[in-house]
Amino acid sequence: MKLSVNNLYFSYGDQCILNDLAFEAGEGEFISILGPSGCGKSTLLNLLAGILKPQRGQVRIDGKETKGINSCFAYMPQNDLLLPWRTILDNVCLYGEIHRRKEQMKEKARAQMARFGLQGCEDKYPDELSGGMRQRAAFLRTALCEAEIYLLDEPFGALDVITRSTMQDWLRELYSNWSRTILLVTHDTDEAIYLSDRILILGKPGEGIRREIQVKEKNRTREWLYEQGKLRAEIYRLIQEETK
Amino acid sequence: MKNITRAAPLLVILILLGIWELTVRVGQIPLYVLPSPSATVFTLAEEFPTLLRHTGITVLEALTGMGISFAVGIIIGILIDAMPTFKRCIYPILVVTQTVPVIVLAPIFIIYMGFGYAPKILTVVLMCFFPIVVSFSDGLGQMDEGYLNLIRTYGGSRFHLYRIVKIPSAMISLLSGLKVAATYSISGAVVGEWIASQSGLGYYLIRAKNGYMLDKVFACVVMIILLSLLMNGLVKLFGWAVLPMKRRRK
Repeated sequence: MKLSVNNLYFSYGDQCILNDLAFEAGEGEFISILGPSGCGKSTLLNLLAGILKPQRGQVRIDGKETKGINSCFAYMPQNDLLLPWRTILDNVCLYGEIHRRKEQMKEKARAQMARFGLQGCEDKYPDELSGGMRQRAAFLRTALCEAEIYLLDEPFGALDVITRSTMQDWLRELYSNWSRTILLVTHDTDEAIYLSDRILILGKPGEGIRREIQVKEKNRTREWLYEQGKLRAEIYRLIQEETK
Repeated sequence: MKNITRAAPLLVILILLGIWELTVRVGQIPLYVLPSPSATVFTLAEEFPTLLRHTGITVLEALTGMGISFAVGIIIGILIDAMPTFKRCIYPILVVTQTVPVIVLAPIFIIYMGFGYAPKILTVVLMCFFPIVVSFSDGLGQMDEGYLNLIRTYGGSRFHLYRIVKIPSAMISLLSGLKVAATYSISGAVVGEWIASQSGLGYYLIRAKNGYMLDKVFACVVMIILLSLLMNGLVKLFGWAVLPMKRRRK
């Protein structure tokens, strides 16, 4: 499914956040969105997810305009938002429960548990899991939404460095066998370089996309990432200029 | 050290009871002024069959009142959370109902509803309803917006928001209100019986007081305390049954 965002405008009162924002995402593409704090990264995902209504402009999927919450999108917020009174299995099957396919989804979830590193955690409660496992559970819940486009809002932002690296490796491996479009909002330059096909760098609030960077390397490793000093410096410089 | 900390509250109660017993015995205080703890316990044992009969009536009124308060409180709590206009209309009325002393309202209920169970149950409802509504509606309103947005993005309706997120998250808050209401329920029934009735602990209490049989009054008070604790225990049991987190902590 092809996603196109056309002339998107959104403001909080007098403060313009997104102004005439436009970009496209092809099927199976992994796009990271970077930018200074307050530039509208999370607002953009909220607009795409249908939580917020654009004040101008359109979001189109395969040319067709979407309005409100659309089942083509699966949204994963920054916090894992696992319901503490539910087991992990019940948490990850939320989508199925809402759409009256809980039993069917439970079977699917059980089959995916090992792939998401959650085998044996089905009957555990969220507070019995580590931060990384909770994020993986939240990711599995999002993955089971049967959507085509995944909106990930700083999914690893709250994790420590080691767990974050492990989660990035895991997401990279998962994505390589998973033909879904992913839009990832992150503050982490390395995360964007390591995971994405394309990086969009947003400017100051209301300024839109400042720069688009393609990351063409297919066989990415941590060693490869450590050699990307030039790219990292360029992204850092662009973001820093926007914060001035 | 741990055992001493655990036994400390019991020790304090025993010391206080000891001082009370000693004061009554040494000061030779007559029974109609202040009965000793031992006399109270003796009377409690002696009067137990009679007290048990009256207790049955009071518990029936308290449980019925609690049940009605719970059912109505849940519905009103959801309506308050779901409809801000309803909240603005109903909340001042709810507050006003709590500003009028029950002891003033109970005789009015008896005038309108007679001497049966109804006015006593209504007294219990009046006392228990408010803490249940307030705690539950507050609990419903305190949910993190992120959880609600998550359910919305999954295509969930308002019904799903309440069933999956809001009501389960408000249970802890509701339990606090229920604990207060459970303690009030026995007092409410006793106050109702006190005004006009032919049975129940309130009736027993007023008769014993009129006869200056203070040992019976104290025995009845002990019974009321035990019942209030029992009601509190029932709420804890309810919490244990509905909250999986509480079961795990055990």
